[in-house]
Amino acid sequence: MARRRRDLLGLDRALSDRLLPLLVAAMALLAALAMAAALGAAALAARWQGGAAAALIVELPPAADPAAARALIASLPGVAEATLLDRARLAALLSPWIGSAEGFALPALLELRLATAGPEAEALPALIAARLPGARVEAHGLLVARLLALAEGLGALSALVLLLVAAVAAAMVAVATRAGLAARRETIAILHGLGATDSVIAGGFAARLAWLAALGAALGAGAAVPLLLLFGRLAAPLLGPAAAPPWIGLSVLPPLAALVAWVTAQLTVRLWLRQLP
Amino acid sequence: MVRLEQVTLRYRAGEAPALSEIDLELAPGSFTWLTGPSGAGKTSLLSLLHLSLRPSEGRLFVLGCPIHRARRRELPGLRRRIGVIFQDLRLLPHLDVLDNVALPLRIAGRREAQIDADAREILAWVGLAHRLHDRPEALSGGEQQRVALARAVIARPALLLADEPTAQLDEAQARRVIALLREMHRLGSTVVVATHSSSLPAEFPAPILRLEGGRVVAHG
Repeated sequence: MARRRRDLLGLDRALSDRLLPLLVAAMALLAALAMAAALGAAALAARWQGGAAAALIVELPPAADPAAARALIASLPGVAEATLLDRARLAALLSPWIGSAEGFALPALLELRLATAGPEAEALPALIAARLPGARVEAHGLLVARLLALAEGLGALSALVLLLVAAVAAAMVAVATRAGLAARRETIAILHGLGATDSVIAGGFAARLAWLAALGAALGAGAAVPLLLLFGRLAAPLLGPAAAPPWIGLSVLPPLAALVAWVTAQLTVRLWLRQLP
Repeated sequence: MVRLEQVTLRYRAGEAPALSEIDLELAPGSFTWLTGPSGAGKTSLLSLLHLSLRPSEGRLFVLGCPIHRARRRELPGLRRRIGVIFQDLRLLPHLDVLDNVALPLRIAGRREAQIDADAREILAWVGLAHRLHDRPEALSGGEQQRVALARAVIARPALLLADEPTAQLDEAQARRVIALLREMHRLGSTVVVATHSSSLPAEFPAPILRLEGGRVVAHG
C-alpha cells in the first residue's frame, strides 16, 4: 500500500492550517479590491483622456478678429493648441437644441487643448479675460482634467495598497514560520544532527506555508468575486466592458501568495538555521 | 578517522573548559569505550565528534575533514556518514518506528522503495519487525533504545557514536544493544561508546578512553 507523503518536520500540526489561510484570505480580498480599483481608475482615466483634450472653450467678443485672437491665446502659457470652431461644426453641435442655426448670429468660438492640468491651466481663464476683454471662458474641461488627475492618484494609491498587502502577508508568514520553528525546535535539531541540509529543512517549511497561503488567497479571491460583480454593475455606465472583475488578476493571486510565502519562509528558516553549527 | 590535536572546548567564552587540550587519535575500524564520571566531558567529546559543536581551540579532524576550519555547508554531508545514539534517544514523536528509522536515508535522498526495504530489514535485525507502525511513546525504554540504534546504523555509518546507550536498560537488554554495536564494528564502522558501566568494558574488552575533569587520563 502506498504510504502518505512524509511530513518529517511534523508541520501539519506545528503550523496552523486555519488561522494563516484566513488571514491570507483577508489580505487577498483587500488585494483583489485594490487591484479592481487600480484597473477601474486606469480605465476611467483612459476614457476621460479624450474629454480632457478640449479643456476650454473661449467665446470671442464680437469685435475681435478671430485669427488674431487665436494667435494671441495660443501663445499663452499652458495652452497646447487653440483651434477655431468653424461655423458648420458649431451649427452641427447646436442642432439638437435649436435645429437649423441658419440665420442665427453665432459667436466665434476657440477650442483650447491644455499642455497640463496644473496651476497654469487654473490661471488661464483669468489670463484670457485680461488679454482679451469681453471673451468668455467655459472651463468644464478643467473639471475633467482634475478628475483625470484624481483617477491617476487613485491608481497609484491602489498600487501602494497592493504593495502594503504583500508586505503584511509576508510579515504574517514570517511570524507563522517563527512560531513553527519554535514548536519544532527539537525536531529541527535532530534532523540537522542527522545531516539534513538547510535546504531540506527550509524547503519543508516553505512548501507547507506556500500551500496554506495559496489556499487562503484562493478563498479571498473567491470571496471578492461577488463584491466585484456588484461594483462592476454600478460602474458599468462609466466604464463599459472594463467594469468586469479582473479575472486574470484574481487567478494570479493564489500563485502570487504562494510565491511570497515560499520566499518569506525560505529566508526566515535559513536565517534561523544559522544559529546551528 | 578521528584526530584531536590540543582540542579545548568552552561552551561560553570565559567559562571553565568542558574539555582541555585533548590529544587523541582513533584508528579506522576501532572500537573504543569512553568512560569517566559524570561531568568528565564524555558527552562534550561525542558532541565534537558528531559535529554538533566546534572546538574553541585546537584542531579536530573527523572522517578526514578539518572540522575546526570547515565551512558550515560541508558539515551535513559528513554528518550523514556518522551514526549517533543520543543519551535521550531523540526519536521524533510524530513519526512511527519505521519512519523514525528511515530518517537518515530520506535525508540522504535515497529512493523510497529502497528506504522502506532497508528500514524493515534493520528493524528486523534489532528485533522490532512487529512494531513498525507504532509511535515511539507506545514502546518500552528498551524498544526505544533499539529504534535509536536502528536509526543510527541504517545508513552504514563510517563512525558510530553512542552516548550511554544502555543507561535505561536491564542487563539482558544492555548486552543485546552492545552486541549489536559490536556487530556494526565487525562490519567495519569505527565505534565509540560512552558508558558509566564498568562491567560492560570488562565483558566486551576493547580500548578504553578515560576522561576526568575534561582531560584524557588514560587511553589504551
